[in-house]
Amino acid sequence: MDTSICQKGDLIMKQYETVIGLEVHVELATKTKIFCGCKTDFGAAPNTHVCPICTGMPGSLPILNKQVVEFALRAGLALNCQINQFCKFDRKNYFYPDNPQNYQISQLYLPICHDGYVELETAAGTKRIGIHEIHMEEDAGKLVHDEWTDSSLVDYNRSGVPLIEIVSEPDMRSADEVIQYLEHLQSTMQYLGVSDCRLQEGSMRADVNLSVREVGSPVFGTRTEMKNLNSFKAIAHAIEGERERQIELLEDGRAVVQETRRWDDNKESSHAMRSKEDAKDYRYFPDPDLPPIDISDAWIASIRAAQPELKKAKSRRYQSEYGLSAYDADILTGDKALAELFESTIKAGAAPKKAANWLTGETLRLLKEKESEASKITFTAEHLASLIALLEKSVINNQTAKDVFAVMFETDVDPAAYVEEHGLKMESDSGLLEETVKKILDANPKAVGELKEGKDKVIGFLMGQVMKEMKGKANPSQVSEMIHKLVQE
Amino acid sequence: MAEMITDKTMDEIEILAKLHLTEEEKEKSRQDLQQMLDYVDMLNQLDTSDVEPLTHIFPIKNVFREDVVLESTPREELLKNAPKEKDGQFLVPKTIG
Amino acid sequence: MKILELSATELAKKIKAGEITSEEAVKASLAQIAKEDQKIRAYLTVDEEKVLARAKEVDDGIRSGKYTGPLAGVPIAVKDNICTKDMRTTCASKILENFVPFYDATAVTRITDAGMVILGKTNMDEFAMGSTTETSAFAVTKNPWDTEHVPGGSSGGSCAAVAAGECFAALGSDTGGSIRQPSSYCGVTGIKPTYGTVSRFGLVAYASSLDQIGPIGKNAADCAALLEIITSHDEKDSTSMERKDTDFTSAIGKDIRGMKIGIPKEYLSDGLDDDVRAAVEQCAAYLKECGAEVEYFDLGLMEYTIPAYYVIAAAEASSNLERFDGVKYGYRAKEYEGLHDMYKRSRSEGFGPEVKRRIMLGSFVLSSGYYDAYYLKALKVRALIKKAFDEAFAKYDIILGPAAPTAAPTIGTSLSDPMKMYLSDIYTVAVNLAGLPGLTVPCSINEKGLPIGVQLLGDCFREKTLFTAASAIENVRGGWTLPFARKETLS
Repeated sequence: MDTSICQKGDLIMKQYETVIGLEVHVELATKTKIFCGCKTDFGAAPNTHVCPICTGMPGSLPILNKQVVEFALRAGLALNCQINQFCKFDRKNYFYPDNPQNYQISQLYLPICHDGYVELETAAGTKRIGIHEIHMEEDAGKLVHDEWTDSSLVDYNRSGVPLIEIVSEPDMRSADEVIQYLEHLQSTMQYLGVSDCRLQEGSMRADVNLSVREVGSPVFGTRTEMKNLNSFKAIAHAIEGERERQIELLEDGRAVVQETRRWDDNKESSHAMRSKEDAKDYRYFPDPDLPPIDISDAWIASIRAAQPELKKAKSRRYQSEYGLSAYDADILTGDKALAELFESTIKAGAAPKKAANWLTGETLRLLKEKESEASKITFTAEHLASLIALLEKSVINNQTAKDVFAVMFETDVDPAAYVEEHGLKMESDSGLLEETVKKILDANPKAVGELKEGKDKVIGFLMGQVMKEMKGKANPSQVSEMIHKLVQE
Repeated sequence: MAEMITDKTMDEIEILAKLHLTEEEKEKSRQDLQQMLDYVDMLNQLDTSDVEPLTHIFPIKNVFREDVVLESTPREELLKNAPKEKDGQFLVPKTIG
Repeated sequence: MKILELSATELAKKIKAGEITSEEAVKASLAQIAKEDQKIRAYLTVDEEKVLARAKEVDDGIRSGKYTGPLAGVPIAVKDNICTKDMRTTCASKILENFVPFYDATAVTRITDAGMVILGKTNMDEFAMGSTTETSAFAVTKNPWDTEHVPGGSSGGSCAAVAAGECFAALGSDTGGSIRQPSSYCGVTGIKPTYGTVSRFGLVAYASSLDQIGPIGKNAADCAALLEIITSHDEKDSTSMERKDTDFTSAIGKDIRGMKIGIPKEYLSDGLDDDVRAAVEQCAAYLKECGAEVEYFDLGLMEYTIPAYYVIAAAEASSNLERFDGVKYGYRAKEYEGLHDMYKRSRSEGFGPEVKRRIMLGSFVLSSGYYDAYYLKALKVRALIKKAFDEAFAKYDIILGPAAPTAAPTIGTSLSDPMKMYLSDIYTVAVNLAGLPGLTVPCSINEKGLPIGVQLLGDCFREKTLFTAASAIENVRGGWTLPFARKETLS
C-alpha cells in the first residue's frame, strides 16, 4: 500500500491510498481473426489482410472462430475464473474510423468468464487480486496521422483480430503490485500459448483506472482511466503522476473529474481525451447475427485437463525436483521458451544444475548482447546437453566450452563434431604438460620466486602463459597442480 | 406514460446517430418520435414479468468456424468504392488521440 | 407463343427442350423493359450488354450440360439491397448511389450457379424501410395494374417487374411484409420463408433478426422452384438454418383434404377494406371446396405486433446502418469540418427522411435509461407473440388472412402520415417477429381493377404446406392474367 505522506511545502498533509484497477487487452495468437478467415499476422502491407466482414461491407456477417473461445476458456480457467457456460455477444455502438461497422462486437451482459483471481507475492505475504470478468471482443483497425494532408489514414488489417479483455477488481494499491500483476498475466498467457502478450508489440495493452482516497476511508474516490501506456516504466510513471495530480486537486478543494486521460511518457504527464462529440452511451444490445455460446462441462473439463504447468508451479518444481535456487528457477521459468529448452536439455541427459547454469549464464548473456529472446534460440537441447557432457568428461575445458558455445549459439554446430574437427580437446599427455610448465617456469623466474614466497595470485599469470603455450587446450586443474609440483621441486 | 422527448433528447440523439438536423427538421423529428413513443407505450399494457426476451428465434447455438485462413480481398477491390484514399489506406479527417 | 406470358417453370422447360433459347427470353424481357420501364420504373440498373453476354453463356452451358436445373436460362430481377458482384447495388439510397460490391450475396451465387440470368436491380424503399417504394431516392415505381397507384413496398420494384412482364421471376426481401404486401398489391405470388432458410450474406441488413430474402413469381410453382434454388445452409451466415425438407416443388398440387385453416377474428375487424374481406372469404371458400376445414379463432395480441416490430426493427437498423459513414464506401459530403461533422453531413445528406426517422427511433430505444423500457420490453412481447402462434399452429395447419388492409393506395398519399403507414403493416409484421413463413397468393381484382392477394401463414419450416394450399387456391380460382398481357401497353 503506497501511503507516502504527501507534502506540500513544510505542511504535512493527509495520508492517501492509491486504488488501482486494470483493464488489460490481450491479443490472442489465433491464425485468423475472430469473425472472419483473414490472417492475424503482424506487419503486412496496409489493407491486405481484409475481407468484407472485417471492413464492414454492406451485407457482411460475422462467423465466430472456435479457437478464440478455446483460448478465452484456457485463460479464464488459468486465472481461476468462473465460466459463464451460456454467454453471448453484444454490440458496442460508437463512431470512429478504426471501427468499420461503427460498432464493436464485444460481450457486456454475459461475458465468458467472471470472478477469478491472481495471487501476488508481496512483502506482506500473498495478496489476491480479483478479476472481475474476462470477455471476448474484436480489435479495431489502425489509424495513422498523415502529415501531408493533415488527415488520418485507416488500415483495417488489425480490425477483427481477437482480443480478450481482462478486467480486474480495484484491488491494487501500488505500481509494484500493478507490474507484478501484469507480469503474472503475461507469463500465464505465454505458458498457455494463448498470446505473446508483449506490451511493446501491442499484443498486451493495459489501461489503468486509478483513484485516491484518504487512508481509512471506506468509500472509493472518483477514478480516471489512463491509456497509451506502452511499457512497464510508463505504467509506473503514469501511476505516480496521476496519484500526485489527483491528490493535488483534492488538496486544493477541487474534484477529480471522471475522464479518460492519455499518458505521454516523454512529457511524463497526461491530458484529458475529451470530445463533446463522444457519445458516452454505447447502446449495448445482443448481436442478432451471432447465436449464443453454450459451453459444456466436458469442454471445460478437457481444457482443465490439458492445462500446461504454469510458471509458479514450474518454478517450485524446479526448486524441489532439481534443487535449483529460487532465483535461478524464476529466471528459467520467466520465459516459456527458456523453460522448455531447459527441460529438453535435461531430457537429453544433462544434469539440471549444469543446464540451468548454461541457460541462465552464457545463453542469457548472448541473447541480451544480440537483443534477441529465448524463442529465437536456434541451437538444440541435444547439442547443449552434448556440450555439457564434453565438459563433464573433461574432454574440453571451461574456456573452450564457452568458445564452442558461442559458435553453437550462432550456427547450432554439433559440439562434439566441432571439437573433433578443430582439435580442441584438452591435452591429456602429461609429459607434454610437464615440459610446457617447465618451460614457462624457466622463463619466468620472478614469478616463480613470488609463488614460492606464498603470493598465490601470480599463479593466474603463470597458468595463463601455460594455456597460451598449449593453445588453450590444457586442463586448468592439471596445470595448476603441475605448476605447484614443479615449483616445489 | 411515454417519455417526454425534449430538445435536449434530440441533441443527444443527433450525436448518437451522427445526424445533423436543421431546426425545422429537429422539431418535426421530435414530434414524430414523440408520436411513435406514445404509440409504442401500449406495450406496457402487457404483463411480461415472467417472460424472457426473445433475441434469437430458434435455439441455435455454438455456430463456429475452424481457425483456418481464408482468402482475403485484393486491396484494389477493397479501395474501389473508397471516397478518399491514399497509400492503400482510407483517408479521413484527422482523428484525435 | 408469347414468351413473356410463360411462367418461369414453363419457360425453363421449353428452353431445356430446345424450343426457345435463354437469349430469346432475355431479349424479350429487355424489349419489354425498354417499352414499359420509362413509365413503370421497376428497375434502377440494367446493363444490356452484360445481360446478353450472360444469356449466351447460359445457352452454351445448357447445351453442354453445365446448367441442368429447373430454372436454367430464366431471366430474373434482383432487389437492389441484395449485393451483386460488379453490379451497382444502391438500396435505393443516395448514400450508396455508386456502390459496386466486389462480392455476390449467397442467394445471387445460387441463382447464378443455377443458370439464371440476372436482368438487373430493382427499385425499393430506401434500405427496405417503407411500404410503397416511394421512399426510394431515385424513382417512384408505378403499379402496372394502374400507374396512379403504388406497387407496395419495400420490394415494389421486384413485384412490379414481374407484373409488368419485365422479368419472369424476382428476388425480394421481407422484414415486416416487404415481399407479401407488394405481391398482393401487384397481383403476383411471393413468399417470405422461415427465418434462416435463405442466407442473409450479401443482403444489406435492415433488421438482422427479421430479414429474409424470398422469391416473387407468377405462381406458386415458380416460387417453389426459385425458393428451392436459393435455400441453403450457408456457413457465411451464422443464423442460417440446416434444413432437410426443402423439396418445395413436390408440394405443388397435393391434396389438401383435411387441412385445418384458421382465420383470426381480429384480422377481419371493422378497419378492414370490404374488398379485402371479400377476397379472404373467397379464398376460404376455395379452400373449403378442396376439402379443407376453415374456422375463425382468437389469435390475440394483434395490436401489439406493430409497436413491438417497430421498436425492434428500428433498434437493429440504427446499428446496422452505422457503417454508412462516408469512410470506406458510399457518399461522403463535399464540405465538412472535421471527422464528426463529416459523419453527420454525409449521413444527413445521404439518407432520406424515413431512414433517418427510424435511425433516430432506434438510437433512442437502445439508449441508456430507455433500453429496458422499450427494447427489452419489445423483445419480451415478441416472445409472447411467438407463443401465441405456437398455440395457434398446434390447432391449425395454416392461418389465412389479408396481406394488407386495402388494395394499393394512390401514389403520394402515404408518406405524409408515417404512423398510418406503419399501421398498414398490421397483417405482416407478426410473421417476421415469430420467424414464420408467409406466402401471398393473388385472389381477386376489385372494381378499380386493382388486385388483392391473401396471405397464408404456416408454422416454422412448413413452406410446403403453404405451397400446397396456394396451388389449391390457384386451381379453384382459375387463370390469372397479369396486366401486361391484358393490354397493349401499361404506360
